[in-house]
Amino acid sequence: MAAGRGGTAGVGAETGAETGAGTGAGTGAGTGARVDARVGAGAEPTARAQLRALARCQRLSLYSFVVSAAGALVVGVLMLLPIGMGRPLLPGAARALRRLSDRYRSWTERWTGTRISPPEPLPPAEGPRHRRAVRILGDDGFWRDLRWSWLEPWTGGLLVAVPLWLVGYGLFGAVLQPFVWPWLGPGNWYAFVLVDSTASMLAAAVLGLLFTGAGLRLAPTALELHARWSRRALVAPYTTELERRIEHLTDTRAEALDARADELRRIERDLHDGAQARLVAVGMALDEATRLLDTDPGGARALLREVRAGSARALQDLRDLVHGIHPPILTDRGLGDAVRSLALDSFLDVRVTADLPGRLPAPVETAAYFAVAELLANAAKHSGGREVTVRLAHADGVLRAVVADDGHGGADPERGTGLRGVVRRLGTVDGTLAPHSPPGGPTTVTLEIPCEIRSEIPCASSSPRTSSSSGTA
Amino acid sequence: MVAAVDNGPALLRALREREPDVAVVDIRLPPGFTDEGLRAALEARRSRPALPVLVLSQYVDQLYAQELLADGDGAIGYLLKDRVTHTDQFVDAVRTVAGGGTVMDPQVIAKLLARGDARGTTAELTPREHEVLRLMAEGRSNAAITHTLHIGESAVAKHTASIFAKLRIEASADDNRRVLAVLAYLKR
Repeated sequence: MAAGRGGTAGVGAETGAETGAGTGAGTGAGTGARVDARVGAGAEPTARAQLRALARCQRLSLYSFVVSAAGALVVGVLMLLPIGMGRPLLPGAARALRRLSDRYRSWTERWTGTRISPPEPLPPAEGPRHRRAVRILGDDGFWRDLRWSWLEPWTGGLLVAVPLWLVGYGLFGAVLQPFVWPWLGPGNWYAFVLVDSTASMLAAAVLGLLFTGAGLRLAPTALELHARWSRRALVAPYTTELERRIEHLTDTRAEALDARADELRRIERDLHDGAQARLVAVGMALDEATRLLDTDPGGARALLREVRAGSARALQDLRDLVHGIHPPILTDRGLGDAVRSLALDSFLDVRVTADLPGRLPAPVETAAYFAVAELLANAAKHSGGREVTVRLAHADGVLRAVVADDGHGGADPERGTGLRGVVRRLGTVDGTLAPHSPPGGPTTVTLEIPCEIRSEIPCASSSPRTSSSSGTA
Repeated sequence: MVAAVDNGPALLRALREREPDVAVVDIRLPPGFTDEGLRAALEARRSRPALPVLVLSQYVDQLYAQELLADGDGAIGYLLKDRVTHTDQFVDAVRTVAGGGTVMDPQVIAKLLARGDARGTTAELTPREHEVLRLMAEGRSNAAITHTLHIGESAVAKHTASIFAKLRIEASADDNRRVLAVLAYLKR
């Protein structure tokens, strides 16, 4: 789900569809605006959900007054600007309005799943007072908030009032009118029914029930429409989204370059201290052995044995180095089997399930592999648990890996340097890491990387199956 | 020598048609240069169980070791390529595999034993028994263990009996069964 991508990088195709709505006055035709109706649309809305939606409509319609009051307040402050009294008041008024619009953003996301990316924060309250007001006036987000505060009561507020009115009027007809109609006098119309007898009163009551039902049924739809409208009015402009994306890419690119440089330095050092040094020693020992060959064959033999051991160690060093850069099994078999291999190396009981219909892009495989390796190592070192499950799945264009242990929890992602390296590495492929480790456990870490399956004939080994390091084979 | 081939499909064909007494196979072969050798060996052994295959590789992986051992038929070997340089040990390994035995690279066994130590499954063993267990798991016969550790045949027999008693593995006179039982225990 795109909303799960987190605030740092959640700018993808979704906002691309928003261009028209973001720059227009919010009154254009519904082109491009997309409402992700994740909640309520798929499942049959139950009576409970309808009542909840109705309560939310009620809250929104009451808040319309707050919104229009805030809008009026800000306009009042603006009008005070020419006589100098507005300047000290403007930053506070703007901030109050922003708090209100932020509240609407979070409601919309919580109630309907429609994420509205917020505009840039208001200019900070620092520097000389008159400059603060000027900076607020130059802020695009402030004017958007203001525009929204004047439009919301007439669009969103009226929209959510429809189901409320239907239910209110319906309840009057069905519940109250049967008792009070004799006192309402002649010419008492309920909708299109003239209520002047018991029979017409009953007809009106039935009509009232229908109104109530219709209102309840409409409430979730009204909320959805309200979310759509709010998104148009409150979403940050497309350029802001692009700026954020550029900032994110610049950061992650710098990190990727740093990481690459670090890795090259490490490889250089490992080669220098490892294989290279051993080969030098092998060369020297060979030289010595050649010299001793005639005078001391026994000594030469001993040296040659050393040479053999040295070359074996050099090979082992190279193998370890290669494994640290890119484990061969990852190339051979892909992520699923590479993680199974990790599971077999772990001291814990690790169960792996992989649901990957093909191979993933190589950078994604590598990032995910080293992330899972680090998480497994952490689980073995710190969790105090015995069992770990690793679930790998690719769905909706996202690779998701969930690593869960049965340990005592309380893991702090800020502490381990290894985990920070993992996060950095994931950042370069737009991946995110979400640890959940309450005290007392268990610890669950979910990592997500947006990616497509590389179109490749799925090999037998990547079909879904479960393997366990403790299985009997 | 009945056939020498240089790619995965040809290897599978040769294994099936020539039914060699023993095949020495490189894991990484054309066309893909990934694990064609391993796949061909597993595939051939599916249709002809216990076809003796010794797999050589530039690196060893526990998953590949597990896959090779999975059928429990024996007549399988998995060694690092550099072991070839120890000619006598390599020839021993080829003979063992041809004779239906199991040979695992010391590195595979070292990892399994490290895991066993960390999990406490081999905690009861003395250091010497630990050594003997390692060699048994690698697929060495009692005679080879005697030779490597410079101890008497009866001492080896005593150690193996003690190991089986402590780990509650059923002792078996058959060398291959013994290896498989030890490996199964270590994989727990």
